Amino acid sequence: MRDYYDCIVVGGGPAGAWAAKHAAENGASVLLLEKDREVGIPVRCAEAVGEAGFKTVVDPDPRWISTVIDGAVLIAPNGREVVVESETTRGYVLDRKIFDYDLVHMAARRGAEVLTKAYVYDLIKPNGAVEGVRVQYLSKQYDIRTKVVIGADGVESRVGRWGGLRTNIKLKDMESCLQMTLANVKVDPRYIYLYFGDEIAPGGYLWVFPKNGEIANVGLGVSGEHARHKSAKHYLQEFIGKHFPNAAVLYTVVGGVPCAATLKNIVGDGLMLVGDAAHQVNPMSGAGIVTAMISGKMAGRVAAQAIKENNLSEKRLAEYADTWHKAEGKNHERFYNIKKAVYKLSDDDLNATAEAVLSLPAEKRTLMNIFKSALVNHPSLLIDVVKAFMKND
Amino acid sequence: MIGVINDRCDFCGACVAVCPVDCIDLYEARLVVNKTCIDCMLCVWICPVETLAPLETIEEASCATTTTA
Repeated sequence: MRDYYDCIVVGGGPAGAWAAKHAAENGASVLLLEKDREVGIPVRCAEAVGEAGFKTVVDPDPRWISTVIDGAVLIAPNGREVVVESETTRGYVLDRKIFDYDLVHMAARRGAEVLTKAYVYDLIKPNGAVEGVRVQYLSKQYDIRTKVVIGADGVESRVGRWGGLRTNIKLKDMESCLQMTLANVKVDPRYIYLYFGDEIAPGGYLWVFPKNGEIANVGLGVSGEHARHKSAKHYLQEFIGKHFPNAAVLYTVVGGVPCAATLKNIVGDGLMLVGDAAHQVNPMSGAGIVTAMISGKMAGRVAAQAIKENNLSEKRLAEYADTWHKAEGKNHERFYNIKKAVYKLSDDDLNATAEAVLSLPAEKRTLMNIFKSALVNHPSLLIDVVKAFMKND
Repeated sequence: MIGVINDRCDFCGACVAVCPVDCIDLYEARLVVNKTCIDCMLCVWICPVETLAPLETIEEASCATTTTA
């Protein structure tokens, strides 16, 4: 570890690894700091990605893929099942431990230095602009100087807060998530299963993502507003007791997923935020791997260029924020507004939607048609959706 | 004052993200609520595994120490 790097990335998840890789590849000297002893562990993710989106950010290595998914089974509160299967519903359930290792390895191959067990506890910013980080490493404290810090430190983003960007998330926009990786789960591994309903996961949904050999990630997200009355743990235990009473729990994953639009300010003088730290998660689905890598790449490239120009002002780094907003951020605002509308649907509305969709021929059961059916059954939703689109155009 | 039942915590950071006064520190395998806590309960509600609770309701045996800010 030296006392200066052009760019310091805090956090070794997909956003951080990709930011480090792209900054290094574009000529910056990069240090990646991870607070845990290993990258990829503990897993804080349900591990599913859509194939099309994933392939836009990286060439999938078969070692990362636990299961290939053909489609989704959506289960209404009354138990009615709707199968959605088409080219656009193909996806993977990943093995994040292997995947995260490889992403950081790719950053290292481009020249980024990587340090694990390195806990960043403050930023150095004597004159307002960020000029370095304070790290605790093996019981000693170090000041490391830099031109730009990229905060990829997850949902809790302390880096953003120290840098003056409000990264705190409102309770209503946070999903309280819990997942158990279960053995002895017999489900058709070609599908993922999504359960909806107030009894199962109010303000969110429950997922069953099959992995190799009768193993599945079974988890749920409950919106913060509902979690205050009954915790995610209670909902998940109830579901597993009912549906998989003979399952063995191999692994437990806990997490908070920021399901809001992207933070208003994701750059400052000498500072950029990427991934969960910037709230760059799809607010409808809670999916964040691909978007984290998209933003990591954007931030890494802009950082490297800005370093060459020796201009790390908020204004210069805003190129990253603008690029993000045009490519993804705008969509996330729409998804956020749609999410707010959809979560108003009652269990009866959802059941009626399932019936309407089941009356369609199988090849017409696309996500868009499901959404249309929801609109027909719940006309007031249409007004919310129109508002959602109008607001951002 | 909110306390931590440390053996329940899986160190996910959800509590840190919702804390309005930045009084929670998350290390690799340790969670600390500092004395600047305002008892707003947001962290208690968001925790998926019921790790946090008002200090007076936690039995001493399972309660982690809290420190000053």
